[in-house]
Amino acid sequence: MREITYGQAINEAYDEELKRDPTVFIIGEDIGKHWGAAFGEMKGLFDKHGPERIMETPISETAILGGAIGAAATGMRPIAFMYFADFLGVAMDEIINQLTPMRYMFGGKAKLPVTITCYSGAGISNAAQHSKSFEGFLMSIPGLKIASPSTPYDAKGLLKAAIRDDNPVVYFIHKKILLSGIKGEVPEGEYTVPLGKADVKREGGDVTVVAIGLMVHRALAAAEKLQKEKGISLEVIDPRTVVPLDKQAIYDSVRKTGRLVIMDEEPKTGSASAEIAALVAEEAFDLLKAPIKRVCAPVTPVPFSLPLEKFWMPDEENLIKAINEIV
Amino acid sequence: MALEKQKLIDMYRVMVRIRTFEERVAKEFAARNILGAAHLYAGEEAVAVGACANLRTDDYIISTHRGHGHLIAKGGKTERMMAELYGKKTGYNKGKGGSMHIADIEIGILGANAIVGAGIPIAGGAALSARMRGTDQVTICFLGDGATNTGRFHEGVNLAACWNLPVVYVIENNIYAESTSISDACKLKNLSERASAYGIPGKTVDGNDVLAVYEAVGEAVARARKGKGPTLVECKTYRQRGHFEGDEQTYRTKEEIGAWLKKDPIPRFRKKLMEMGVLTEGDADKIVQEMKDEIEKAVKFAEESPYPAPEEALEDVFAPGGKQ
Repeated sequence: MREITYGQAINEAYDEELKRDPTVFIIGEDIGKHWGAAFGEMKGLFDKHGPERIMETPISETAILGGAIGAAATGMRPIAFMYFADFLGVAMDEIINQLTPMRYMFGGKAKLPVTITCYSGAGISNAAQHSKSFEGFLMSIPGLKIASPSTPYDAKGLLKAAIRDDNPVVYFIHKKILLSGIKGEVPEGEYTVPLGKADVKREGGDVTVVAIGLMVHRALAAAEKLQKEKGISLEVIDPRTVVPLDKQAIYDSVRKTGRLVIMDEEPKTGSASAEIAALVAEEAFDLLKAPIKRVCAPVTPVPFSLPLEKFWMPDEENLIKAINEIV
Repeated sequence: MALEKQKLIDMYRVMVRIRTFEERVAKEFAARNILGAAHLYAGEEAVAVGACANLRTDDYIISTHRGHGHLIAKGGKTERMMAELYGKKTGYNKGKGGSMHIADIEIGILGANAIVGAGIPIAGGAALSARMRGTDQVTICFLGDGATNTGRFHEGVNLAACWNLPVVYVIENNIYAESTSISDACKLKNLSERASAYGIPGKTVDGNDVLAVYEAVGEAVARARKGKGPTLVECKTYRQRGHFEGDEQTYRTKEEIGAWLKKDPIPRFRKKLMEMGVLTEGDADKIVQEMKDEIEKAVKFAEESPYPAPEEALEDVFAPGGKQ
């Protein structure tokens, strides 16, 4: 099968959905003819689809997301490109008070198929206002689906599914994966990855590692190392979407291993890992042979300096240390 | 302005419908038959009615926390509105929204909105959508004087102006943002002056004169429909009641309220219609009685309607499916 990058996969998903459905359009900053988005993953879309479908805006996050909401409520299927995930904070009212409760407040009458795409994650020396991961923060908002693709295959399939979904979906493009240029197998033909279906990225029998976004790659690296050096076999589960969360896939794996570590690039408090740990403790406690461990970032803003940021981000060594504590 | 006689009578009828609805809501709120918050529109009827009289059913409006008047003027049914205020299953939102969130997208009501200024960018999106779908639908965004001081006003109006979107901003300057006078919150004499910052037309009209509102918004709607972009229309008016029911209104004087009550838009329009020979005293009284009867029926409908089952609280978070 052919191999393409994460960025190419995202580009193809945008392109194919724009071609497939005339109600789809993208609205956001720096997405037009010059840059094709800040990291270039929209390159070529403007030339193919024109300024009426690739709508470049002033720096106006509330107008972008508010505009997407109004367009969605009246029959369109907008993609609001919000740049860095951190900038969701600028338009937080649109997220927590408009987009997500609107259908409910209206008694089920509104349909709001808005996909929010943005760059998340640390690891490129961008400090506290351009490096956040937001899964846990957003998970507490009812009415929002959340996708965090880790591979080119998932990036394409999840984005297409998000655009086609009739609900608001936040889709995180991890900067570190995007900029790594890492390639993966992506079929030529049409496919989607359903929202709410986890993927077993590596099968194993000793410890279940649930990893999100970039952390999937670090968990896989740790798995390789532990297998070689200690003969410990990790099963790496990528939930792919934390909402809806494929709880069953996690429970099925824990049933096999009896041990669970959750790896999440967010400050530990209130992160997605906290919710996953609570669910397993609440609903699958009997399956556990050891305490649940969480490998997260410290509860600080994301620091700038190289050694500080490296220390801040959860990595293979942190994961191996946690695993050694429970096996 | 050559308005048909029937249209003038209909405008009067809708103004009376709004006032009668609001007076009854005040009464039922005081009796605790309606819970939560009620921000009543009494005194501002000329704005909603004058503006919406320019719209078709498939045009859109975005409303505010003080939205009952806009919704009625856009064709909202008083019995379903009242049922929503009572928290009943037959309400527009099945009891999930209440006063500040009533919506009926089928007749172009994209919702009342309890966050001041939030409707401004959403209105731009609806207008963008209309253009992308190749229709000539127009969106009216109602907003208060207070909303013009929010950041979203700048972002939303600027973007709509840049893109020539078919949206009309109708500012209801009722002088007070909750308890704060606009003279303490803005240096401009007329809020329509803000239009010049975005390169769009702005106009200030007497918001208690329904025909003046009709005419100014009519021009703006026609302009929007032709693809010539947004307009800002400031309607100077006054809310006759507090910000919310129960507001002691310590921020304004009885004299000020009394002076504005003399400028009440409804008796003023009634007098005008009589002078024009459009209505007789008897016709007008008949309309008042019909509206009283309608609102009485609306209250009865609300009272007799069932509450939603408690577990319905779990429904309507996500839409099923998608466009596969």
